[in-house]
Amino acid sequence: MNTLPHDGTVPALARGVKFRFDEVRARWVLLAPERLFLPDEPAIEILKLVDGVRSLGAIIDDLTARFDAPRDLIARDVVAMLNDLAEKGAIAL
Amino acid sequence: MTAPAPPMGLLAELTHRCPLQCPYCSNPLELERAAGELDTATWLRVLDEAADLGVLQVHFSGGEPTARRDLADLVQRAAKRQLYTNLITSGVLLDERMLADLVEAGLDHVQLSFQDVETGNAERIGGMAGAQAKKLATAALVKAARLPLTLNFVIHRQNVENLPAMIALGADLGAERIEIAHVQYYGWGLVNRDLLLPSRAQLDAATEQVEAARASFKGRMVIDYVVPDYHAERPKACMGGWGRRFMNVTPTGKALPCHAAETLPGLVFPSIRTESLADIWHHSAIFERYRGTEWMAEPCRSCERREIDWGGCRCQALALTGDAGNTDPACALSPHHGVMLAAIADAAPSPSANFVYRRIGAKV
Repeated sequence: MNTLPHDGTVPALARGVKFRFDEVRARWVLLAPERLFLPDEPAIEILKLVDGVRSLGAIIDDLTARFDAPRDLIARDVVAMLNDLAEKGAIAL
Repeated sequence: MTAPAPPMGLLAELTHRCPLQCPYCSNPLELERAAGELDTATWLRVLDEAADLGVLQVHFSGGEPTARRDLADLVQRAAKRQLYTNLITSGVLLDERMLADLVEAGLDHVQLSFQDVETGNAERIGGMAGAQAKKLATAALVKAARLPLTLNFVIHRQNVENLPAMIALGADLGAERIEIAHVQYYGWGLVNRDLLLPSRAQLDAATEQVEAARASFKGRMVIDYVVPDYHAERPKACMGGWGRRFMNVTPTGKALPCHAAETLPGLVFPSIRTESLADIWHHSAIFERYRGTEWMAEPCRSCERREIDWGGCRCQALALTGDAGNTDPACALSPHHGVMLAAIADAAPSPSANFVYRRIGAKV
């Protein structure tokens, strides 16, 4: 982990990346240039909030309000997930 | 046998026509002429069927896909059906107007190939004078259109020394992604293998350079790297497994589990002219033939990696062992692994012979 985004960072899908519901598989998919990701449930909840407008802090607040876990734990998971996708070129931080 | 999961990707090989003549082209040795190509209406049906079947990404390829005048119509249909649209192009036929039409149609991404960074060597390898300037101009157009750009470099003995400069070019052109792929030795690549196969020292240097670049471009540019099987200990999971993730439709409408599958003799491939994509995916004997693990012999059958690499590549097994049902000889556990080592020893240390260029009617 080298670059830690902060609460004010506004994550967005990287250029050419699409997050959509696939009716055939009945699940969310993340489509990127010559790659695709099948995110798990927690990642899906995070990605639904990544709109290029909400800040990281706002995303974490939203998830903390809806899920029964401490904010710092949720923050750690969100940052880890977004960093991972940023390294793969799917998220711009 | 349970029904196979839907395919993720469709490789739509629209045409075999191409102004370039790269001696490692992934097209078959028997190239199709324009007269045999599917018409627009049939491709539109294939795209609809792909979306219905669960395909998520369509890779428009060739030959050179921009040689097809209906490309924008096909992209538009794919985009309308929410398919992710990828254009795999040499860039030598694209101009501003054509790209604008493709953007308007909903194109998502462009993969642009380069044969080298040095103009002379690049154009010698690709067999087309003037190609490099056109490619550079196309890269600028793609960026100006705000499309994401991948640069593709196929590397081999005769350009691998320029790898750091290739990565630097990607950064200069603003590519989001670079694909560094060693030649895969089937078809044309196999014909020219002795002139292309890198030495162990070249491969090790290239791998080290890719690792270093990945570290320095982390978070800014993705670098994908495909190593040559010949220096491997374990095979690649070719196509993610036969009939598991991909379908390829050829210019004349044959449906294949991978783009090299026509090198396998005695197989009659189904045609989308007479069957639907879904019927082929679910019921074709060809797609079933090497799907999963049932077909495997030893050492694959009892191997703990059998659902990781799926036995490797069927075409390579055939080309180098004479039986497509054998373990890919790239695997050190294969009794035929020695043929890979022998090929490395046979590769020309300083190639002086000429390539057999990819041409319709070339003598191979």
